[in-house]
Amino acid sequence: MPDQTPAEAVSRPRDAALGSGIGRVLLLVYGVFALSASARALVQISTHFGEAPLAYLLSAVAGLVYIAATVGLARGGPRGRLLALVSCTIELIGVLVIGTLSIVDSVAFPDDTVWSRFGSGYGYIPLVLPFIGLWWIWRRA
Amino acid sequence: MNGALSTATIVAALLLAAWYLLRTALDRAPSRLDLIAAGVLGAFVAVLVVVAVAGLFDGSRPTDTGTFAGYLITTIGLVPTALILAKMEPTRWGNLILGIGCLVLPVLVLRLQQIASVTGA
Repeated sequence: MPDQTPAEAVSRPRDAALGSGIGRVLLLVYGVFALSASARALVQISTHFGEAPLAYLLSAVAGLVYIAATVGLARGGPRGRLLALVSCTIELIGVLVIGTLSIVDSVAFPDDTVWSRFGSGYGYIPLVLPFIGLWWIWRRA
Repeated sequence: MNGALSTATIVAALLLAAWYLLRTALDRAPSRLDLIAAGVLGAFVAVLVVVAVAGLFDGSRPTDTGTFAGYLITTIGLVPTALILAKMEPTRWGNLILGIGCLVLPVLVLRLQQIASVTGA
């Protein structure tokens, strides 16, 4: 960006690096999940919301969390990093809580979300992803 | 969905994925050949998607046409997106991006086949 002050320009590369290296790999994976989770929620909510409102709302929340994480990684900088950090943390809590609930209380989850059964429908990637994401964000602190 | 074309795409994507993961393991940045191979795969996928879209107009449509269209758009966009990201990343991670793209692609094609096979009414 041309209108940066020198101080910002100096601090920028370290933070901008959030979206390079492994960060760029994460960008692709988070992008794919942002798209698949939110598209899934959109279809579920628009066609048969009444069948499992809780599961479908959680699908939508998961989609938003993945979108936020993708944007945070792509933007970089202190704000992007904070956004990525918060969304990866919510993602981790989400997959652990929803994963456990979907096994313990399957009646409340008649249909699947991305995070059901710890993301078994997605090769357990939703379970592993927040750990890699958080590790990467902390490493770039 | 064209069965032979889908199978060929899946096999090509998996072979390329193995290659890219090997290149990542050997700590190599994407070479010109790596990028061209991904481009060729992308062109192949584009043909698959065009054939699938043509099939929508002269055959039985999948019951879930909306979802099918969504998957078609994702499928045609995946490899070019991975290619752009890999070009921005001239390190081993560039090859990992291509490898992951090639691993996601077969999943998308399989889902397309699943959705296409349900043609009620």
